[in-house]
Amino acid sequence: MSTLTEAPPPLAPAEPEQKPVRKRGRFTPYWLLLPGILWLVVFFALPMIYQASTSVQQGSLEDGYKITWHFATYWDALAEYWPQFLRSVFYAAAATLLCLVLGYPLAYLIAFRAGRWKNLIMILVIAPFFTSFLIRTLAWKTILSDSGPVVHTLNSLHVLDLTNWLGWTAGDRVLATPLAVVCGLTYNFLPFMILPLYTSLERIDGRLHEAAGDLYAKPWTTFRKVTFPLSMPGVVSGTLLTFIPAAGDYVNAELLGSTDTRMIGNVIQTQFLRILDYPTAAALSFILMAAILAMVTLYIRRSGTEDLV
Amino acid sequence: MKTTPDNSGDVRLSGISKTYDNGFTAVQPLDLTVPEGSFFALLGASGCGKTTTLRMIAGLEEPSSGTVRLGDQDVTHLPPYKRPVNTVFQSYALFPHLDIYENVAFGLRRRGVKSVKKQVEEMLELVQLGEQARKKPHQLSGGQQQRVAVARALINHPKVLLLDEPLGALDLKLRRQMQLELKRIQTEVGITFVHVTHDQEEAMTMADTVAVMNGGRVEQLGAPTDLYENPRTTFVANFLGTSNLIEAEVDTKNGADIVLKAGGGKLVLPEARCSAPTTAGGKVLVGIRPEKIALTHADDAGSIPEGRNRVTGKIADASFIGVSTQYVIDTPVCDEFAVYAQNVERDGRLVPGADVVLHWSPAHTFGLDAAQDIDAGTEEEAA
Amino acid sequence: MPVVNWLKRRLVVIAGLLTLAYLLLPNVVVTVFSFNKPKGRFNYEWQQFSTDAWKDPCGVADMCGSLSISLQIAVWATVGATLLGTMISFALVRYRFRARGAVNSLIFLPMAMPEVVMAASLLTLFLNMGAQLGFWTILIAHIMFCLSFVVTAVKARVMSMDPRLEEAARDLYAGPVQTFLRVTLPIAAPGIAAGALLSFALSFDDFIITNFNAGSTVTFPMFVWGSAQRGTPVQINVIGTAMFLIAVLFVLTSMVITNRRNKQKA
Repeated sequence: MSTLTEAPPPLAPAEPEQKPVRKRGRFTPYWLLLPGILWLVVFFALPMIYQASTSVQQGSLEDGYKITWHFATYWDALAEYWPQFLRSVFYAAAATLLCLVLGYPLAYLIAFRAGRWKNLIMILVIAPFFTSFLIRTLAWKTILSDSGPVVHTLNSLHVLDLTNWLGWTAGDRVLATPLAVVCGLTYNFLPFMILPLYTSLERIDGRLHEAAGDLYAKPWTTFRKVTFPLSMPGVVSGTLLTFIPAAGDYVNAELLGSTDTRMIGNVIQTQFLRILDYPTAAALSFILMAAILAMVTLYIRRSGTEDLV
Repeated sequence: MKTTPDNSGDVRLSGISKTYDNGFTAVQPLDLTVPEGSFFALLGASGCGKTTTLRMIAGLEEPSSGTVRLGDQDVTHLPPYKRPVNTVFQSYALFPHLDIYENVAFGLRRRGVKSVKKQVEEMLELVQLGEQARKKPHQLSGGQQQRVAVARALINHPKVLLLDEPLGALDLKLRRQMQLELKRIQTEVGITFVHVTHDQEEAMTMADTVAVMNGGRVEQLGAPTDLYENPRTTFVANFLGTSNLIEAEVDTKNGADIVLKAGGGKLVLPEARCSAPTTAGGKVLVGIRPEKIALTHADDAGSIPEGRNRVTGKIADASFIGVSTQYVIDTPVCDEFAVYAQNVERDGRLVPGADVVLHWSPAHTFGLDAAQDIDAGTEEEAA
Repeated sequence: MPVVNWLKRRLVVIAGLLTLAYLLLPNVVVTVFSFNKPKGRFNYEWQQFSTDAWKDPCGVADMCGSLSISLQIAVWATVGATLLGTMISFALVRYRFRARGAVNSLIFLPMAMPEVVMAASLLTLFLNMGAQLGFWTILIAHIMFCLSFVVTAVKARVMSMDPRLEEAARDLYAGPVQTFLRVTLPIAAPGIAAGALLSFALSFDDFIITNFNAGSTVTFPMFVWGSAQRGTPVQINVIGTAMFLIAVLFVLTSMVITNRRNKQKA
């Protein structure tokens, strides 16, 4: 899971004594690559091109579609659906932040404090994966139900008044509000944050903590100056692995939200599968892809050059 | 178990070289013959081409030119699994998923030997690991793993056993112990051993013949004492132990000896021990090992016998290290002259600042071509 | 202030355990509600204890059929993705070749792409080709997105493998095929197994890409999705609980076995 920040394997041309490069079988790598790469080209790259072309087509289901370079589809789609785009980015960002805040202590606990419970906790983090995520998401309907203990407690503590004022909830409900959607997103993608965080924390030499302590750093300072910077690769890949799927998700918005919490994924899904307006759907999907790639590139570059030093 | 020499265990490299795709030449064209049954060491700093040479003998690396022969058989283009040669790898490369028994049996099984039990058990006894047969490699100590690696290779009765820095991962004490162990095994089985190492002490204790490599070439080849007493390049002189090198000019010849001028004084050198051209007026580097030098306080200079080479100087530093005292002496011919004196009878006057005379027998002197880098081989650390 | 200090020192542990509780809460709810006897069509509110659903897990029309389709797809997707992915990993780690950068990005991109984008574009392709949506289109899609994860898992393992081990095998009379079967494959096996396990889980649980490319075929996640609209039978909780328990048991058993083996050897 930590490959998002992994560099390509070093081939060490500088140390010919150490790492021999095979000379025999010049074509072997190509044969090994061929089937898998062909699969990805035909069923991943080619569809992207088809989708790009569909987005500039015009026509109808009955009469067929033709490429007319009708870029106006993009403007129309953006003009109509910008609230859903914004909402997607906002929900995904909120969920990512929550995942980081909630996931970091657990990853830290597994890496440094769990002792002989380490494996058990690790299993408990991964095991929910094996229950269909839809079933688990539906369980949140029960947990957050209007008459359930969670809503009751939040209500009596007047937390709901605060969230109502912030616009995260409405009335006495949590279900069918932005809070429920973000809560579901956070829950669904939390393991994708914890695992890379754990991997990078695990690599930190425990003696560094002792060294920092020895050099008069208090625990909190040690964390800020030593542990956290060293875990940056995990933070970067964790946030990416959380943000990307969260921004494109429509399951949580559909199951836990309402028509007011529709995200861009819901729009794409409806356009494609129900309204059958393929050009608009393709344009929306293309915009989402471009937006996410742009954000990811920017983020990797920023964290790569400044924060990761 | 010793086989009669039929030369089938000779390793003959002729003109082999290795240039990688990226243009780096690891081994320059090289001729080398390792006689059957000998313990042969390839000694050099890292990157000198010794491991590449070994890998070409093993078949793990294909030479860019030249041939590799085992006895009369040309094996240059044979893949490693068809060569009667086995390797003890650096850091051992024991198969982590197999236990010790299966690691040792691996080669026999691949050659289709049906009943391996007896041989494997004998071999494990030879390396004193009978008890550990069912353990996995990671459960053994470094020294034990090393012995498994040796057993795994030897069980195949190879014509040649190749050892790639086999003791590099061990601590000093264990290393000394394993050196003796390997030497014992070699005498017992009588197989040709080719041993790659960067440790000059290890090469000298174990090998019959040592080839010192530098920059992809063999600098000098010979018995350890020969290499030490009579180095022929500055690299060998500095890499094997320590040498004091003095720049001198040929003055006259006196029978079998050459008389040289250095810093106003005269030095005598047997011509047979000089690898440089000795025309009058030519430059020669005069070398002398630190332990061959005697140190006398300047006040007693008169007691020094005639016919010895002398240099005067002042003690700059003295460090007591138990069996000997190492002095650094400031002299007109060489500003950091090293002298190792046995602590038999210590002269209390030999302290930093004292004026002294250094003297040694001309028979211990050697001469090198002055056209070389005088510091070659000093930077590289011989652990 | 001993209490405050005690809390301060264990702040991380407490926060971590709270997160763990957050992660596990839905599973607890799923399990508890598998013993519910709901009044209406939806199983969201507790009524009374009942083991009816456990006694008759396939009592809901089409559910077990969809489960079987999901299992079949997951098995074949795992086989396909593991095979293709392992081959790619070996090529990437062991050989130098042109277009390495392009290959790396092609493997990285599916992991960095929102599922809905891949789902939509793949549907566009299938529609353009006039392909019949169903079992095969789902399988194709699943192999596609599982591939990258297999490559990641296997590559990590093969990269950490000492190349000298294979040299040692060749030196000890093992030809190329023997070397691969006796040394390379057994050592790479944990990575391959991890990749396969991940593929199985991803494929079995996939909803978004499947939903776009399934046509009229209904996988288990699609059945659950549909039931969220029409009415959720208690049986889906039974299946969810059983899957969770099987997974935990499976992992615990394998852990106990490795522990015992290590102790015996030591």
